[in-house]
Amino acid sequence: MLGFGADLLWADMNRLLAFLFHQGVLDEQFLQLQQLQDEASPNFVSEVLNIYFHESEKLLTNLRGLLMERDYKKMGVHLNQFMGSSSSIGAKRVTNVCVAFRAATLQTNRAGCLRALEMLEHEYCYLKNKLHQLFQIEQQRALVAGVRYPVQNQNQ
Amino acid sequence: MFCSSWDLPRIFRIVTLVNLARMSVNRRLSASNGRLPPNMKSWKVNEPLHGTNYLKTCRRKLLLLWFFGFVAVGTVWFILSFNSKYLVSKENEAICEERARVLLQRYNVSRKEIHALASLFYGSDQILSNCIDERRLKMLLSSGMISTPQLTCPGNQESQKEYICVAETVETIEQCPILDDYDQTRLELSFPSKNHVSLASHSALSTDLVSYLLRGKNIVQSWELRASAIWDHLSSSNFVRGCWVLIGIIMSCFCLLWRSQKQKLVQGHPAAQKKQMQGLARGPSKSAGRWRKKLLVIFVSLGIIGSFWLFWHLNMDIMQRREEMLANMCDERARMLQDQFNVSMNHVHALAILVSTFHHGKHPSAIDQKIFGEYTESTAFERPLTSGVAYALKVLHSDRMHFEEQHGWTIKKMETENEALVQDCIPENLDPAPIQDEYAPVIFAQETVSHIVSIDMMSGKEDRENILRARASGKGVLTSPFKLLKSNHLGVVLTFAVYDTNLPLDATPEQRIEATVGYLGASYDVPSLVDKLLHQLASKQTIVVNVYDTTNASAPITMYGTDVTDTGLLHISSLDFGDPLRKHEMHCRFKQRPPLPWTAINASVGVLVITLLLGHIFYAAINRIAKVEDDYRQMSELKGRAEAADVAKSQFLATVSHEIRTPMNGVLGMLQMLMHTELDENQMDCAQTAHNSGKDLISVINEVLDQAKIEAGKLELEAVTFDPRAILDEVLSRFSEKSKEKEIELAVYASNQVPEVVIGDPKRFRQIITNLVGNSLKFTHDKGHVFVSVHLANEVKNPLHIMNAVLREGLNLNQDISNRTSDTLSGFPVCNKWKSWAHFKKLSSTNEPEIIQLLVIVEDTGIGIPTDAQSCIFAPFMQADSSTSRTYGGTGIGLSVSKCLVDLMGGEIGFVSEPGIGSTFSFTGTFRKGGRTSLDAMWQNNLSGSEFLGLRALVVDRRKIRAEVTRYHLQRLGMSVDVTYSLNSACSCLSNTCNMSIPTQLAMILIDKDAWSWDKEGSFLYAIKKHRKNGIKGDPINLPKIFLLATHLSANEHDELNSFGIIDDILMKPLWLSSLIRSYRESLGIVKKQVNRKNVMKLGNLLMHKQILLVDDNAVNRKVAEGVLQRYGTIVTTVESGKAALKFLKPPHNFDACFMDLQMPEMDGFEATRQIRNLESEANEKIACGQASAEMFGNISYWHIPVLAMTADATQGSNEECRKCGMDDYVSKPFDEEQLYMAMERVFNSDS
Repeated sequence: MLGFGADLLWADMNRLLAFLFHQGVLDEQFLQLQQLQDEASPNFVSEVLNIYFHESEKLLTNLRGLLMERDYKKMGVHLNQFMGSSSSIGAKRVTNVCVAFRAATLQTNRAGCLRALEMLEHEYCYLKNKLHQLFQIEQQRALVAGVRYPVQNQNQ
Repeated sequence: MFCSSWDLPRIFRIVTLVNLARMSVNRRLSASNGRLPPNMKSWKVNEPLHGTNYLKTCRRKLLLLWFFGFVAVGTVWFILSFNSKYLVSKENEAICEERARVLLQRYNVSRKEIHALASLFYGSDQILSNCIDERRLKMLLSSGMISTPQLTCPGNQESQKEYICVAETVETIEQCPILDDYDQTRLELSFPSKNHVSLASHSALSTDLVSYLLRGKNIVQSWELRASAIWDHLSSSNFVRGCWVLIGIIMSCFCLLWRSQKQKLVQGHPAAQKKQMQGLARGPSKSAGRWRKKLLVIFVSLGIIGSFWLFWHLNMDIMQRREEMLANMCDERARMLQDQFNVSMNHVHALAILVSTFHHGKHPSAIDQKIFGEYTESTAFERPLTSGVAYALKVLHSDRMHFEEQHGWTIKKMETENEALVQDCIPENLDPAPIQDEYAPVIFAQETVSHIVSIDMMSGKEDRENILRARASGKGVLTSPFKLLKSNHLGVVLTFAVYDTNLPLDATPEQRIEATVGYLGASYDVPSLVDKLLHQLASKQTIVVNVYDTTNASAPITMYGTDVTDTGLLHISSLDFGDPLRKHEMHCRFKQRPPLPWTAINASVGVLVITLLLGHIFYAAINRIAKVEDDYRQMSELKGRAEAADVAKSQFLATVSHEIRTPMNGVLGMLQMLMHTELDENQMDCAQTAHNSGKDLISVINEVLDQAKIEAGKLELEAVTFDPRAILDEVLSRFSEKSKEKEIELAVYASNQVPEVVIGDPKRFRQIITNLVGNSLKFTHDKGHVFVSVHLANEVKNPLHIMNAVLREGLNLNQDISNRTSDTLSGFPVCNKWKSWAHFKKLSSTNEPEIIQLLVIVEDTGIGIPTDAQSCIFAPFMQADSSTSRTYGGTGIGLSVSKCLVDLMGGEIGFVSEPGIGSTFSFTGTFRKGGRTSLDAMWQNNLSGSEFLGLRALVVDRRKIRAEVTRYHLQRLGMSVDVTYSLNSACSCLSNTCNMSIPTQLAMILIDKDAWSWDKEGSFLYAIKKHRKNGIKGDPINLPKIFLLATHLSANEHDELNSFGIIDDILMKPLWLSSLIRSYRESLGIVKKQVNRKNVMKLGNLLMHKQILLVDDNAVNRKVAEGVLQRYGTIVTTVESGKAALKFLKPPHNFDACFMDLQMPEMDGFEATRQIRNLESEANEKIACGQASAEMFGNISYWHIPVLAMTADATQGSNEECRKCGMDDYVSKPFDEEQLYMAMERVFNSDS
């Protein structure tokens, strides 16, 4: 039963990942990120993502504030950062929105900025939710797998 | 007569005008029915696109409308004016004729009268005065005519008036009985005036001539007159029409002005114009259509209203004219009747005076019954209307007895109340008159009424009243009409009183009564009077005349005429018979009801028809416009839909590509992981190939996506340096498996004139070749070859000076068809490749030395392309036929993408194909010559190694081309190659070289399997073996290695060949560089560079235990990069700002490399690097100067830490900037493993 559950969870996770890929929320970079996770750093992905979420939240708050102050230059800097980190974890859609956002800031198009910010927040929330979901599944899977086949799992 | 002469030109003009109008209508009709004329078409097409054009067309339409309006109005007006004139003139004609006749008749009559009365009477003062008036009038007229002829004939109406005036004068002249000599003048008078009339209205020459002849003297005046008349005629007839035209022109001008102003206004505001344009783009057609329809409806309704109005107008005109005519005729009749009556009355009066003179004035009386009877009988013609005249004497009652005795008869009473003068009864039978105050017995009577002698007129009631009134007034008095017995006609009795003394003119009635001695009565037969009169007049048939006595207005008594049938029009003229108490009226009616007004009907129907016709034309045109607009709308809608579909297609492609990409990532990842494990060479190769193929697949998918980009024109080519030969190798390696499977010989060749490095887009270049080769392989089965060759376009410029062997072979094909089988790569016939670029226009057209054109030829021996499908081979998603895709699969996008790419590269693509033989595709691409970069040199060296440099090889091949291909590959390795075409010659070659020194000795012999003849192996093997033996003494390495080249070998053959022990290895074609190297190395027993392709391991080796400083402000990036680098065993230190990095990198330090993010707050990567370099140079200077010992700086004499930029967008620009500020290299962010490896290798290799 437990092993079956592990398989199910594995499939779930893959399905979710596939879905996210299909929607363009994530790209290959995320896979590479996952590849970096090994015995040496078993929580590498979640660590990175935690940092990412932490940073991004800060950036988003800052962006909102800057948009009110209409400091487009600073916004550009922030967006560059946001874009960099997003592309590092492979959050493709967030990156794309960032690109659009940056273009809007370059044109000092306030309406476009506002719209882009809203979209960015939306995309970010969506990504966050989905990744949380993913982690939950992964944790469950790790638990299940760990209970059942601790040795084999390590070998694999 | 005048009418006809006037009519002809007029009618002709009308006809021509109508014809013109019809012609124009016809032309419109044909234009609208048939194809639109080009200009119309063009503006129709442009209409919705250009607002200004649209306005213009509106204006044009308006003008057109105006034009038609003019035509219509003009026609109507013409008809109208023509009609009225025509009618008027005709009428005038009739009237004048009639009058002339009447006058003549009457004139004759009056002459007779004059003759009859001349001896008897002197003229009365009334007549005299008339005459005088007449004369004066005539004088006035003639003088006026002579002195101011212009004034006399200003126009139709006036002339008519004048004419009437003249006629009246003439009439009055008639009444002047004495003026005989006036006849001539009157005639003269009437003729010129007639002339004027005719001149004014018709301007006819003939009449002019008549007038000229008649008058003689007034030539000049007549000319003047005519000119003025013509002018007047023109002005009067054209004035109104001219007015209309003028109004029309003004209106249209106004319209134009208004429109242009509006347009200007619109143009003045570009925004507004834009808005309008936008509005026009969608709305215009509809609103315009509605507008047009409205206009049409207005036009048609106007036309209908106009035609009705026209009808009404013409009808009214006709009616009015009819009425006028009736009035004229009626008045004339009435007047004539009156005149005649008056004349008769005068005669009776004269008779009365006669009686008073000769009966009462003389004693004894000069008149008795007999004389009276005779006289009256003989002068009856004077009173043609009186049936009889009688004279009654006034007899007082006191004198009755005396009177009766004197005459011998008693005064008799009128028997009945039926007051008739003429009775059948004999007077003797009548009763004597009752006793009265006075009597009026008839004493004299005309023969016709002699029976009334002795009858007392006072006894009749009517007569009595009459008599009383007559003697009181002294004038003629009429009775009310009653029936005359004899004729049974209605009649009236006229009574004159005869006075015995000359009464003063202002005598009172009492005096008159006193002076009365008798009464003269005359009975008038009214019907015969009127009949006679009417007989004299023309057109008596047309009208019905009734005469009434309307003394008692409520009960008029009919005096003449039949029962009244109401025929519509009625004209009443009052008659004055000289009796103020009696009132008479003449009622005239037309006999027939008015005929249908055909002219009016025709004209209005004509206008209606024209209007409807125009309406129909416009309706058709509008419909057509609407239809075209509708079509246009539909088209644009369809276009929109098609575009939407295109977008959807692109989206679909994107989605599908993504779907494929996602699992492919997994596959690639797995492969990569597989390659990380321990694999032997072969496995590695497999995995590598799989990985590469997967990458290719991904790239192909990307290229499919590119199709959309290309279609949108958004694709841009890169400009990087690349080696076209390497591209060929890549293509070869990709398809080698497939060609092996299909047992097709696959070969690549590049002419030695092709530069080693060119600048262009290698990906696209490869993509095109891949597409073509893929297609060729797909459609070639189990035989033949696919051969890719690259040449400079200049090489094929002049077919006569071909130096290149491969190209020459192709050319020979052209000349010698019989020999073609042996000359190709596989021996199968191919198409003439020269034809494939025969249509290229831009072939080597550039003369710049830096620009080169590469010509790539891909020839195959496949099934070929059907002739009918060759035209659409480059259309996207198009395959030769649908069965092709079933048999071979594929999307058919390849060639279209290739064509697009070739176009982008500034080249051309073409092909020649023969079904059953094969196809040859060729394309050109423009590139720039590139200098060899260190990167390429390094790669080249790395791959080929130096072990082949300067070695000699012998190629044994029967086929020239194949030998050339092999030679090409070997030459690329730096070997010198000899080619022999058979083993025999190879032997001789061997024996030649065996004695030579080692460097010139053959390093390898490559023998094609076809050349490997088992019969002749003896000598060859012998030679080899001899060499082997010799070689034992020497270095075995220096022995020539013998390779067999084969496309496909069965296992048996393989074993057999191996068993000989001579052949070192069998090289399976396709031949390419790396496989050649590998085989040679394997044959040498050197297994080097196992790790060569294992980048990861290499990276690991490179980076193991290296100290690396990672500078990035972004925590996430930092973490990720750290993770990646740690995988390769590096020791990573991360800092988050440039300043922190400076602290770490201040010499001395232990870092081997630094990864620097470019975009950082405070101090960006460039600045940080610059400062690092500054620090280093300081340290270096110190060391160099000996200020500080090398120990101080960690025993390193020269400090230079490799700084690698990390950048999200690795463009050329940032790359250069990186190098400018002292960075060594750059890597993209996130890390790409291969790129990272390359960069690290460069950095550390150059370091070490």
